[in-house]
Amino acid sequence: MAKVHVEATLNGNAVEFLCETRQTLLQVLRDELHLTGTKEGCATGDCGACSVTVDGRLMCSCLVLGAEVQGKTVQTIEGMADGEKLHPLQQKFLEHAALQCGICTPGVLVAAKSLLERNLNPTEEEVRYWLAGNLCRCTGYNKIIEAVLDAASEMRRS
Amino acid sequence: MASVITTPEKELKVVGTSPVRPDGVPKVTGTAQYGADFTLPGMLWGKILRSPHAHARIRSIDTSKAEKLKGVKAVMTSKDLPDQKFEYVGPERVAVNFWHMTRNIMAREKVLYEGHALAAVAATTPAIAEEALKLIEVDYEVLPHVIDVDEAMKPDAPLLHEDMITRGIEPAPTKPSNISKKIEYKMGDIDAGFASADKIVEMSFRTAPVHQGYIEPHACLARTDADGQAEVWVSTQGHFVVRTMVCKLLSMRTGDLRVHAAEIGGAFGGKTVVYVEPVAVVLARKSGHPVKIMMSREEVFRGTGPTSGASMKIKIGVTREGKIVAADALYKYQAGAFPGSPVMNGCMCGFAPYDIPNQRTLGYDVVCNRPKSVAYRAPGSPISAFAVESTLDACAKKIGMDPIQLRIKNAAKPGTPLVYGEKINHAGFAETLQALYKHPAWLKPLGKNQGRGMACGYWFNGGGESSATVHVNEDGTAVVATGSPDIGGSRASMAQMAAETLGIAYEAVRPIIADTNSVGYTQATGGSRVTYATGRAVIDACKKVINEMCARAAKIWKIDVTDVIWEDGAARPAGARAGEFPPMTFKEIASKRTATGGPIVAASALNAGGQGPGFAAQFADVEVDTETGQVKILRYVAAQDAGRAIHPKYVEGQIQGGVVQGIGWALNEEYIYNKEGKLDNPGFLDYRIPVASDLPMIDTIIVEVPNPNHPFGVKGVAEANIVPPMAAIANAINNAIGRRLTELPMSPPKVLAAIDAGAK
Repeated sequence: MAKVHVEATLNGNAVEFLCETRQTLLQVLRDELHLTGTKEGCATGDCGACSVTVDGRLMCSCLVLGAEVQGKTVQTIEGMADGEKLHPLQQKFLEHAALQCGICTPGVLVAAKSLLERNLNPTEEEVRYWLAGNLCRCTGYNKIIEAVLDAASEMRRS
Repeated sequence: MASVITTPEKELKVVGTSPVRPDGVPKVTGTAQYGADFTLPGMLWGKILRSPHAHARIRSIDTSKAEKLKGVKAVMTSKDLPDQKFEYVGPERVAVNFWHMTRNIMAREKVLYEGHALAAVAATTPAIAEEALKLIEVDYEVLPHVIDVDEAMKPDAPLLHEDMITRGIEPAPTKPSNISKKIEYKMGDIDAGFASADKIVEMSFRTAPVHQGYIEPHACLARTDADGQAEVWVSTQGHFVVRTMVCKLLSMRTGDLRVHAAEIGGAFGGKTVVYVEPVAVVLARKSGHPVKIMMSREEVFRGTGPTSGASMKIKIGVTREGKIVAADALYKYQAGAFPGSPVMNGCMCGFAPYDIPNQRTLGYDVVCNRPKSVAYRAPGSPISAFAVESTLDACAKKIGMDPIQLRIKNAAKPGTPLVYGEKINHAGFAETLQALYKHPAWLKPLGKNQGRGMACGYWFNGGGESSATVHVNEDGTAVVATGSPDIGGSRASMAQMAAETLGIAYEAVRPIIADTNSVGYTQATGGSRVTYATGRAVIDACKKVINEMCARAAKIWKIDVTDVIWEDGAARPAGARAGEFPPMTFKEIASKRTATGGPIVAASALNAGGQGPGFAAQFADVEVDTETGQVKILRYVAAQDAGRAIHPKYVEGQIQGGVVQGIGWALNEEYIYNKEGKLDNPGFLDYRIPVASDLPMIDTIIVEVPNPNHPFGVKGVAEANIVPPMAAIANAINNAIGRRLTELPMSPPKVLAAIDAGAK
């Protein structure tokens, strides 16, 4: 079957790619565009490791087809830092030891950023429920929650 | 976090702080490369065909149609793997039988579980590979299957291995069975012990198999050369283990296979064996292209892990004063399709935290039509602890004693005999229990339908073979190369121990994980061994570097090397020559390397004994919703003896992570099989691991009773923490609603059923 030609904005840059109609956005990001920061943990929308935003909405890139992002704006973990300047969430994750193996980290960071864009003063409970779609098997979530709350606090100050 | 330190703090600058991990930035920016993130030009995609049946004889496999599909470059079956000798090799506790292993990689005579691999293809796209799998024709003779451990032990159960005679029984039985091994340990006089007891509690328990649940599915990339060399990039706890196993399974020379440890997306014991690695090498060899294999989540559930489910019986006798006088245990563990459950560990760990004069422990390793069980965090110990610690809780109630005080009264001390013939070699357990007892919440009152429960856990911790090489750079920095894949931040602790030993800044040390052909042999990251054993290798190599640095300074100063000492990261003249020259720093000596003898490199390789065991003591406060049966964790407090915490935040992280895995094991996680012996919940939607909104903060207490066999006092910290939660939560539920749950998981339907059945 002929491949589909797609034009989109990815992490602020115009991109175009060819994909099979059955390829998910996750597969396109990883296998066609070689951005492997977005991870596959389940490919069924249950773990959140492949979280990205499409036109500002948080979603699992395994549940979106590559062809669907025609004309849309996609943000991935690779677009989170400003060059060598880390986003406050990334910095706080390091300081709080909020990652162990790190496989869930890109998805958690993308999801947390999406939360703070909507609510810069979340309660612990709000953070826990917002991140309930992002599975982490290593940390027990403690330090993730602490890092997000601390990043929010710092972002409110600046 | 609270800390309990039993010895005065030494003058440490880096050890005991929590710096940012050296591999942190790549992990928060998405550039870190995990198993599935490697690509090579001309790479193919490998996919594996798996059995739809729980148990069937393979009459034939026809791959001819798949081979003809356009884009398919190679197809393999068990015919591409040389058969192996039937023998158990290695220490009994972790013995391996390659005859079994090759059959688990690719089924031969029979498929033994749904999801058992039996053929694989490599094609130019994942879609073509999937299509090719559908073209492979397998003729099965479906056989009766058995899933449950008690059913599998019955004399008329369907046999997985028709000639399997139980090991560990003298004389050997004449009739084959599904019981692969019997283990028995005895100490003292069990009958006299129970006769002297004032109260005896006897209870039966069952646990469900649970998966390690790492978020990263197994993945690897393999390439081969025409002269027999090969290279593999893989997510694994032990790239040397992968090398050993793949070479044995494929009859390769060890030096011909170079294995690179990718960043690893969680493992918890589940990535200590091989599944896709030998398959990728064979497909690469047959096709002449690099081959990448990534498992799907469904394949992970159907074809890898889990740890055993079990059926158990415990009997404990206590005096009115709270002395445990006799203990008797029966543990039946599911091994899955091939022998090798962690039942031996369960037998050894169950009563280990306590000084009990009269003991007997009986264990059975039982095969059934499930995936072959694999290590999961303190393998075997959480299962037996669920039974023992629940029974002890009932004992404490019978004599009206505080459950922590009962354990303190019976706590094992250095010299306490263990049922398997050794003795406890280290303190720490009583200190950990005292620390938990002192937590301000322990005696705090609770509300309606709320309850508090506590439990303990024991784990051996590991030593073993590790290697490290330290390279001193001309700018005064150092590269520390080890063979230990870093799962939870061990690069940080290696850099901290190196910096502390050398007397240089943490940032001046760059820790890396070298491939199998670039550093000495190192056992897998497992058994809570890395900070202890690999840490000792790093410290030892750094000491050699210091000796060399002193020799270089002596050469520059033209004095005898015995007149040079190393202090605060600098060489200083000492003895008769003291004060003759200003101190020469690590950086200055490093910059003069060419003129003083060339590169400064030191390696250390060791087989570390002397590890200190891990003790954990925890309590949980729960609230039971009596309408739905749902159990909510209100508070969780976890104390653990770390020996010394090199990086306290990562020690806390290990405790919090282990506890939360235990909470999942206690309340939700289980494999659900249907009548056909097929797994009904092979995904994260229905196999429910804890999510952030299920949990409170996990309060940690790091106890530090240093291990004298490690220069900084380290004991392992990764595993003991998962041992207590199941019993702690069961005990808490008992205190909340007056019902004793003896079967895991304690999911809402089971809790409701217990409420409906009335008090036990």
